[in-house]
Amino acid sequence: MTSSLPPLSAPLDIEFDYTRSLGSTLGRFATGLAQRRVLGARGSDGRVHVPPPEYDPGTGAPLTELVEVGQVGTVVTWAAQPQPLEGQPLRHPFCWAMIRLDGADTPLVHAVDAPRVATGMRVRAHWADTQGNGIRDLAYFVPDDGQGDGQGDGQSGGQGIGQGGGRGDVRTRQAEVVTTVTTPIRLRYRHSASPEESRYLRGLAQGRILGQRCPACDKVYLPPRGACPTDGVPTVDEVELPDRGIVTTFCIVNVPFLGQRITPPYVAAYVLLDGADIAFLHLVLGCPADEVRMGLRVEAAWKPRDQWGTTLENIDHFRPTGEPDAPYETYAGHL
Amino acid sequence: MSEVSVVSYAAAPDVRETAGTTNGVEMLVPIIGEALRAANLTKHDIGFWCSGSSDYLAGRAFSFIAAVDAIGAYPPINESHVEADAAWALYEAWIKIRTGEVDTALVYGFGKSSAGELRRVLSLQLDPYTVAPLWPDPVSLAGLQARLGLDRGLWSERDLAEVAARSRGANPAAPVHERVTAEELLRRPYLADPLRRHDCPPVTDGAAVVVLAQAGRARDLTDHPARITGLAHRVETAHLGARDLTASPSTVDAARAAGVDGVALAELHAPFTHQEIILRRALGIAGDVDVNPSGGALVANPMFAAGLARIGEAARRVAPGQRALAHATSGPLLQQNLVCVLEGE
Amino acid sequence: MTRHLAAVIGVGQTHHRARRTDVSMAGLCREAVDRALADADLTFDDIDAVVLGKAPDLFEGVMMPELMLADALGATGKPLLRVHTAGSVGGSTANVAASLVHAGEHRRVLAVAFEKQSESNAMWALSIAPPFSLPVGAGAGGYFAPHVRSYLRRSGAPGHVGAVVAVKDRRNGALNPYAHLRQADITLESVRASRMLWDPIRYDETCPSSDGACAVVIGDEPAARGRPAAWIHATVMRTEPTTFAGRDQVNPRAGRDAAAALWRAAGIADPLSEVDVAELYVPFSWFEPMWLENLGFAAEGAGWKLTEAGETALGGRLPVNPSGGVLSSNPIGASGMLRFAEAAMQVMGRAGDHQVDGARRALGHAYGGGSQYFSMWVVGAQRP
Repeated sequence: MTSSLPPLSAPLDIEFDYTRSLGSTLGRFATGLAQRRVLGARGSDGRVHVPPPEYDPGTGAPLTELVEVGQVGTVVTWAAQPQPLEGQPLRHPFCWAMIRLDGADTPLVHAVDAPRVATGMRVRAHWADTQGNGIRDLAYFVPDDGQGDGQGDGQSGGQGIGQGGGRGDVRTRQAEVVTTVTTPIRLRYRHSASPEESRYLRGLAQGRILGQRCPACDKVYLPPRGACPTDGVPTVDEVELPDRGIVTTFCIVNVPFLGQRITPPYVAAYVLLDGADIAFLHLVLGCPADEVRMGLRVEAAWKPRDQWGTTLENIDHFRPTGEPDAPYETYAGHL
Repeated sequence: MSEVSVVSYAAAPDVRETAGTTNGVEMLVPIIGEALRAANLTKHDIGFWCSGSSDYLAGRAFSFIAAVDAIGAYPPINESHVEADAAWALYEAWIKIRTGEVDTALVYGFGKSSAGELRRVLSLQLDPYTVAPLWPDPVSLAGLQARLGLDRGLWSERDLAEVAARSRGANPAAPVHERVTAEELLRRPYLADPLRRHDCPPVTDGAAVVVLAQAGRARDLTDHPARITGLAHRVETAHLGARDLTASPSTVDAARAAGVDGVALAELHAPFTHQEIILRRALGIAGDVDVNPSGGALVANPMFAAGLARIGEAARRVAPGQRALAHATSGPLLQQNLVCVLEGE
Repeated sequence: MTRHLAAVIGVGQTHHRARRTDVSMAGLCREAVDRALADADLTFDDIDAVVLGKAPDLFEGVMMPELMLADALGATGKPLLRVHTAGSVGGSTANVAASLVHAGEHRRVLAVAFEKQSESNAMWALSIAPPFSLPVGAGAGGYFAPHVRSYLRRSGAPGHVGAVVAVKDRRNGALNPYAHLRQADITLESVRASRMLWDPIRYDETCPSSDGACAVVIGDEPAARGRPAAWIHATVMRTEPTTFAGRDQVNPRAGRDAAAALWRAAGIADPLSEVDVAELYVPFSWFEPMWLENLGFAAEGAGWKLTEAGETALGGRLPVNPSGGVLSSNPIGASGMLRFAEAAMQVMGRAGDHQVDGARRALGHAYGGGSQYFSMWVVGAQRP
């Protein structure tokens, strides 16, 4: 019996600043970028690749010979990006391009700050204000008018500009050796509950605990399932369960960690409601943590009704009922 | 070499967005049942299970674990999983049968592409040090690849539109279906120059199941098994600048290893129109070969199932005595390619 | 259909550390790969195919990293397969590589597994609470601690046995030059005095978080002839759902079934007397006695007695984790393969200071998910 209402869904955001250790070859590349220099690697066949691959794209040999290339290059191919996506180098329409920098033999992928470009067009590096962010130090490329863009504080002929005619319009910077780059990754998803779980969640919003019975094995599942894990068929017949049961087993969480939403220490317990055939994890409060035990009889402590939503969080925690503990034999098969 | 046949295939309806969960259970339960019934098998008869899916598509670590609920995996099953299109799961299952340890295998792939921002998610397949931090998306990268061929005269925008027109007219059941000419398509605006909407795959949720059996058993399970006469895959460097993006050497090598001569139909996993042209050339597909009668990935591209679906679609269509080719791809710009050759029995 | 013989002919691993900031992901893998190739006296040219295993992509923030690692793994132009079976993946990866040889498809296959945990934070990645769920989860320790409590209740094991395992494995780790934690001076008292993290699991009974990689080269019979080899006698994989009504989470049936199939395939009737050394996936100390029972080395409820009696220490009846195990090094995706590789090193006689004298037959074991994915192999000094 599945509700005719559509399944519930809600945003799920994943966000982390990854720390990328670079190793020698990529570390030198990133350090070069922080100094406003572009380094390529000489491959096994003598070609110069930018960015420098750590291992040769043909032979897999480690590539350690880095050479400086120019900061001006030629567009090999391009594609318009009329609607930039989050995280891309520019927020207004731009073009992606593969750019063969002067002195390099193979092109790199980067952005060009122009709504249209042309194959064969000359483009020049535009540096970010910040440094130490690896490839993002190279903010994007701009069409090269041969004049420079003033990024070198008006000075031309910066030191250390290598072969290939970098036009000398950017002054190198002093920079620390870059060994690690931070890469933020933020992704947005829409997480959906199954039709069966949605019915259960809507029940919780009304203060009811709705399990479902598997038509094949007759076990009562809470939450109900899109597929009974042992029979592979959806659970069907609704079974309303009481908000009391027992603790089968538990642990006491003492460890803090990133993203934690409950302050330790807390008791995370498997609660088996009377009439259910499977336990679920919840919190047990209302007595000292060291008094929580296997077989303890507990009941739900609901949040105030005006705080209810379609979530098991409507039950703030479970608390001891004071009834005698359940005998071990009655729950040994649920461990 | 012991031989293996495809004995049944089932696929969930390809849709722009399913209301289901990211673990695929709602899509998988019916089609696992359908594929088993078609081969007169039950779950207890299956010697090996293998699936393909992606944690990043679901936005959760270990997202594939809940999918085994769709099997009802108890008593415990002999099972494995690849973090790739399920065509590679089929490869693992094909190997497993050839070890002689099992004589049947069920392969499934699933993906709810609509759950996240697919174009951003797929950026994370790129080099994490020098490319991914810029978040180039697959449509933009495909545009770079397409223009390389346009500039070199390897294909024209009209060639691309003809691929699209044929694909869009192929399959009334696909989420993208229209009777349209190349001329009409060329009058439509660019999505991202040089690509138009019809050059790109639709975001699709879907799942597919293929049942394999050792060839000696296949005849007992279906009247029309499709014998796998060759199966091979190869990968190329991830360094985009070092690749010739207008060709597909990994497909050429896989095709040589699989032996693709004399095929009458081909199901190609080409998410972009120009990629079909690259693949046809790499595979040496002649003009009389029926290409993508299913419509292919241009009309339905369920991530992590689309490659497996190509094998299933080819197996479903290949006539007795006929040879068919199925191809699957993985990674940015055809980085990794698999070729499967089937013979109708 | 004949199953072709297969053997491990080369093993390599990294120095495992909390943060291998000296290398990239590619460099980390390559360190293990280069050692495995050198051990096998081979080059990339000799390798027909590569199989890569690792745990969730969210750990490193790279989707299908095998793609970007193709050159570093020597896989460019070759078949490259990516396996992901949760924490058991390192073992599964070795098994899949073995199957490529068993099937007669390839002659020499390189299997690689890695995790670079320092790129992010595994507790974070494993504790992301999706909408509608209760944020009670607290990483792997929080997940497994209640089941350890169940084991204690069920077996009546004395409370100090967990510490016995921790002391043994960390001291073993001190004999292993590659181990992350090398604690020769650890004692029962210090373990029992360490902080309670997820009661009943203490800090010193918990695996570290490591960066590391492992690689093995698996060859066919001609490739293995005339050189040190660990012959693969049997492989097995089994899976069951994470939760279901009546599931035994302490002694899961998937593990029992896997072990029974493994012993049968390897021709082993009495594992305790016929297996010389076992590398078991023990991320929390109590899993040693739990797995001893699950694998059939001891009767149900009696695994802790083997541990308590010292039978699983070096010199005991069945040395378990002479390498120091997961308690000493835990690059998650590689941890399973390290078990498989260490088993191979033992029967090849190449385990150095943690060599078990006369080891002829060894078990490599890995598990993952909620104790629901199992992969195992038996390797031997002699051809099967």
